[in-house]
Amino acid sequence: MEVDLTLLMFIFALASFIGFELISKVPPTLHTPLMSGANAISGITLVGALIVAGSLGNPLGKWIGFAAIILATINVVGGFLVTDRMLEMFKKKEDEK
Amino acid sequence: MSAFLPETILNWLPDAIQLFYLVATGFFIRGVKLLNSPGTARKGNQFAAIGMLIGVLVTLFDQDIVEFELIIGGIIIGGLIGLLFAKKVQMTAMPELVAVFNGFGGSASALVAWGELARNPDILSFDTTGLVSIGLSVFIGALTFTGSFIAFGKLSGFISGNAITFPGLNVINIGAMIATLGLIGYFAYDPTNPTLFWVILGISLLIGVTSVIPIGGADMPVVISLLNSYSGVAAAMAGFVLQNNLLIVSGALVGAAGLILTNIMCKAMNRSLVNVIFGSFGAAAGGPGTSGDGDKTVRETSAEDLAIQVAYASKVVIVPGYGLAVAQAQHIVKEVATKLESRGVQVKYGIHPVAGRMPGHMNVLLAEADVPYDLLKDMDEINPEFTSTDVVLIIGANDVVNPLAKTDPTGPIYGMPILNVDEAKRTIVFKRSLSVGYAGIDNPLFYAEKNQMFFGDAKKSLQALNEALNEV
Repeated sequence: MEVDLTLLMFIFALASFIGFELISKVPPTLHTPLMSGANAISGITLVGALIVAGSLGNPLGKWIGFAAIILATINVVGGFLVTDRMLEMFKKKEDEK
Repeated sequence: MSAFLPETILNWLPDAIQLFYLVATGFFIRGVKLLNSPGTARKGNQFAAIGMLIGVLVTLFDQDIVEFELIIGGIIIGGLIGLLFAKKVQMTAMPELVAVFNGFGGSASALVAWGELARNPDILSFDTTGLVSIGLSVFIGALTFTGSFIAFGKLSGFISGNAITFPGLNVINIGAMIATLGLIGYFAYDPTNPTLFWVILGISLLIGVTSVIPIGGADMPVVISLLNSYSGVAAAMAGFVLQNNLLIVSGALVGAAGLILTNIMCKAMNRSLVNVIFGSFGAAAGGPGTSGDGDKTVRETSAEDLAIQVAYASKVVIVPGYGLAVAQAQHIVKEVATKLESRGVQVKYGIHPVAGRMPGHMNVLLAEADVPYDLLKDMDEINPEFTSTDVVLIIGANDVVNPLAKTDPTGPIYGMPILNVDEAKRTIVFKRSLSVGYAGIDNPLFYAEKNQMFFGDAKKSLQALNEALNEV
């Protein structure tokens, strides 16, 4: 699949703008969970690792892909779970019974 | 997995994958948006996780993926380790955990680029874009990896938290970065020399070490946030290597969001990002604390005396800081607060944006101790309330309540927004000694007429207060 480089850069730039806009007004209370949540999303590189490890080719490349899968999966699974663990504890006063 | 599908479906499969990637992106954007507010944050994180699941599942149908042994094995191993980390970690160790995960994410992106390069038997099959992207992924991913582990070492005490630096280090770092970019350019021009790749990888790993080592321990959260942004950019670069939209979009999203978050944290500490990275704050201000004039007196208080003061107050504000997190005293604080509330005392918490071991960390620790988040007041909310407060309990905080930030234009913390505790009727400082804080300067609050010191370990002092409250 030939993809135009300009198009990819276009996508990259637009996504960056969305990222800037999304985080503009986050309260300090949520800085830690937000950081760990964003961290989990950066584990998206797992998708790339799957392609490298699962496609045909030189075994060395595939084993490097395998290592990438392990590391990225730790990032994704650990990141989302620990963020959830933190946010689960955030309660409003009315919820306290 | 595409092998199981009938011919007709295979024809539109690539388009379907792209459409599902779009859906996954939508989940990410919506998720981050919901993470902006305490009430919806948990749902936001779940949205993002669903987006990730969609992205991964759909990718398994990619027609290039034909072997699944390594994939299944890798996901099981990584998933179990991730699960273990997430369940076992203490909330006080969150900064360390985020640093480690960052390192894993960054190195994974570097490995994806390297693996793609190694997997292809013919290096000349890559075009210039592909080679530049590989170089950049490896560069950013590798420096994120070593940088994160240095940050982890500083946070956990394996490496001295002091700023370790020498004159000219900044110049060397910047020079090395420019040189690496040059090498990546040359690598794209002539990829046939394998040594070049190793040199790029080696220098990148080194830059991660030398650029984080000179930064003081208390600035690590800002560094981690910045490295988090890098790990996003590294993922986006890996996306350019594989020409994968989902990687590019999500990576860019995290990269930009991380940068904004880094900036917000810097603002809370009244520092510029340039100052954090090149300033070596901890080293410059690490000299002997200014002893000032010798005739300053402090007033001490005891648990019994303090118990009476707070029990008969109408409004008490608790200002927790780094020391409280270190002493793991968040649960006992909550116990004291509950006792006071049952007596009709109004209790609130004033949280400085950088309280705890990373921004927002104190909120997590207090949430863990079952303190409702609407009692946790941000600096802007609590500052107008101090004039009507009877007693402020300052537990393990120092620089964030130092009035010099407002009064001494020559001081290192001048201009940093602080909690105006000196406007309250009385302040009580829980502290081991009169020693200086991170900024290395004396705190006139300790000697103020309205202030009393309660010396000792924060946790033990609070336990004593908690017991004394039973007697009042």
